[in-house]
Amino acid sequence: MSTRADHQNSAQGPGGARPDTTGPGAARPGLLVALPPHERADESVARIMWAVVLALIPTTLAGLYFYGIRAALVTLVAVAAAVAAEHFIVRYMLKRETSTVTDGSAVVTGMLLAFNVPASLPLWQIILGALVAIGVGKMAFGGIGNNPFNPALVGRAFMLISFPADMTTWPVPGAARMSLDLSAVTGATPLGIVKDVGSVGLSALDLPSYLDLFLGRIGGCVGEASALAVILGGLFLVWRGYVPLPVPLAFLGSIALVTGIAWVVDPGVYIDPLYHILAGGAMLGAWFMVTDMTTTPMSLKGRVVFAASAGVITALIRLFGGFPEGVSYSILIMNALVPVIDRHMKPRKFGYGKQAGAAASAGGAR
Amino acid sequence: MSKYKTFTLGGVHPPANKLTGHLPIRDLEPRGTIAIPLSQHIGKPAELVVERGSEVRVGTLLARASGFISAPVHSSVSGKVKKIDSVVDAQGHRREAVVITVDGDEWEESIDTSPDLLEEIPLDRRMIASRIADSGIVGAGGAAFPTAVKFSIPEGRSVDTLIINGVECEPYLTADHRVMLEQADELIVGTRILMHEAGTARAIIGIESNKADAIELLQERIRIKAREGKIPEGFITVLALKERYPQGGEKQLIEAALGREVPSGRLPLDINCVVSNVSTAVAVYQAVQKNRPFIDRVVTVTGHKLVAAGGGGNFRVRIGTPVSALVDAAGGLPEDTAKIIMGGPMTGRAIPSLDVPITKGSGGLILMDASEASRLAVKNCIRCARCVGVCPMGLEPYLLEKLVQHERYEDAEKEGILDCIECGSCNYACPSNRPLLDWIRLGKGKVVELRRSRMRGNQ
Repeated sequence: MSTRADHQNSAQGPGGARPDTTGPGAARPGLLVALPPHERADESVARIMWAVVLALIPTTLAGLYFYGIRAALVTLVAVAAAVAAEHFIVRYMLKRETSTVTDGSAVVTGMLLAFNVPASLPLWQIILGALVAIGVGKMAFGGIGNNPFNPALVGRAFMLISFPADMTTWPVPGAARMSLDLSAVTGATPLGIVKDVGSVGLSALDLPSYLDLFLGRIGGCVGEASALAVILGGLFLVWRGYVPLPVPLAFLGSIALVTGIAWVVDPGVYIDPLYHILAGGAMLGAWFMVTDMTTTPMSLKGRVVFAASAGVITALIRLFGGFPEGVSYSILIMNALVPVIDRHMKPRKFGYGKQAGAAASAGGAR
Repeated sequence: MSKYKTFTLGGVHPPANKLTGHLPIRDLEPRGTIAIPLSQHIGKPAELVVERGSEVRVGTLLARASGFISAPVHSSVSGKVKKIDSVVDAQGHRREAVVITVDGDEWEESIDTSPDLLEEIPLDRRMIASRIADSGIVGAGGAAFPTAVKFSIPEGRSVDTLIINGVECEPYLTADHRVMLEQADELIVGTRILMHEAGTARAIIGIESNKADAIELLQERIRIKAREGKIPEGFITVLALKERYPQGGEKQLIEAALGREVPSGRLPLDINCVVSNVSTAVAVYQAVQKNRPFIDRVVTVTGHKLVAAGGGGNFRVRIGTPVSALVDAAGGLPEDTAKIIMGGPMTGRAIPSLDVPITKGSGGLILMDASEASRLAVKNCIRCARCVGVCPMGLEPYLLEKLVQHERYEDAEKEGILDCIECGSCNYACPSNRPLLDWIRLGKGKVVELRRSRMRGNQ
């Protein structure tokens, strides 16, 4: 039997290699035998995840601009904690040989988690949140791809019930850009203002303008400041083919629809739909949460239904629930329903259509 | 939006890599020994009619069709039958083959070897049918289904459109492209014969837009024939299609051209269509007009290293020629060749040895080096849904993979696993390098077994 090295030598002879099999039809050493296809697209999980990281950069910068260096610090700490947690679990608890952190998904989770908390949050709290997001939300289910719930939202839900005061204290945008302590200047979020309308009526409130909402001069989580920055990142993902445009539109559309009905019924108490989709976490949820691949359905139809349902639940929580904001809970609720959606919302199969059925009956049995 | 038509569901767009499209077809002279397998088609192997020591010429019948779905096999060379032996085919199976020592190039006298174009087609459909059947023509697009069987239209059925498949959507392959350019007139006559045989007055030649020269040439030739009164206006049309894989799949091509879907588990005939490859149509011309059996075909020999070194091309090769002879003629095996694919890179088989013979269904040889040939490490499914999005049959490959892994074959059957056309788009698109099609293929086999045992149970 010749070896692979022999082959490479023999192939240098004139006229290329001669077949040097040991008998008729014997397999040639060194030739790979595999089933088709033999081509694959230039795509990988890491490429997708790092593209999401890139898409989150405008929002990171907006957070930095409006809430100062404290926002950047929270983001950095969240990312570092998420990456460290995943690396530790994979290498030392699961004892796998290669860490999965290079795929970038832990970075995405860390960033999204930081974008869902106030910039003033104590750092030990964001570290704990990141540990829960990665440990409970992701690795407990088997790591990337296996988690039923969005890990960042699992972390946020944990923090909201563990540190309710710190999680709902909002720094005022632009007030203390260079300060690491934002506790001195706090304010309300746009949704918080309209939630506490009470009996005074909306017209009596001091509401931020739509331009402020769009650009980000509002109180809120790190990633909630600027709708514009989020949309920029989202459109980048649409352009790269990682986000189907109907999905974020379905989410925002259904929020607008439900809040719009309430607004039409009683504009004195309920704010208009444009305010709803520009304020709070609606934009971040629309472009980066309901579009998460792992925790949403598999068919496009299913994804649109998922997004639209999450939008309805968000609106209902905002309008009638105990919290001013409902994006993260609505998405977590819908995450739990993904297997049901997957079972019932199948893609259209070829050869089962109306046309195909008619042709089949016309053709008769064969 | 593109101005070209295409199919509706799924599809991918791999780099075309048509490295040899500009290289004219070269004849490869038969030499040495060749091995002609008795089973080069779907159906029963042919029945041997020669024995060791028999003298044969080009076109001599070696084995006749046995049963309804089968095809005869002819000698592609002149010489002496050295032995009847088993050879390893592209799938890695050992198959019975006639091994012939080549001596000269004597043709059977019944074959018209002149280069003249014979445009007058016979009107006797039975005569056409028997010529097609006797010449051993099988689908040259890869599936190798006997053409005579495909065109034996049962009582009560009719064909309104014949579709000639010049799509060649597989990357790398350029054999059909060259055939369309160099044998356009024969293709048109072959198409007319098949139309007559199928009883239809409409034929559509589907070609992807990346072969603009073939589209233009065929349109031009058809216009001239119509002007000369040889064919009616609108009798044969050329349809330019958008580049998209797997457009050359029969079901996808029909849908792209006519908007009709072949119902699940049915045949194109059920929606009044028949599809035939361009090279098959040329073979039909040669069989009916020249009495020439299916003894050779055009094969693309390609690969990045090979072509960069000035090798590669499109070769007219006698059936049974070993891959080694073809590779030598095309410039020799690049030294770090790690994989040899017979067929296209999406559906072709990686062959185990250079002794594998060229058969009626082999359209290409692709030489890949290790960097192109290796499979990457399989990662977790991240539910990105690309496999679902690219499946041209509307299936959910990720789900089929899971069901087959858990041996839930009945569920896989309900999910339509048998509708899978094995185009490989799901595997191609998967960012986690999951071997989705490997699992689906395994599952299809199991489901077919399941159905068989169910049928036995019902009897």
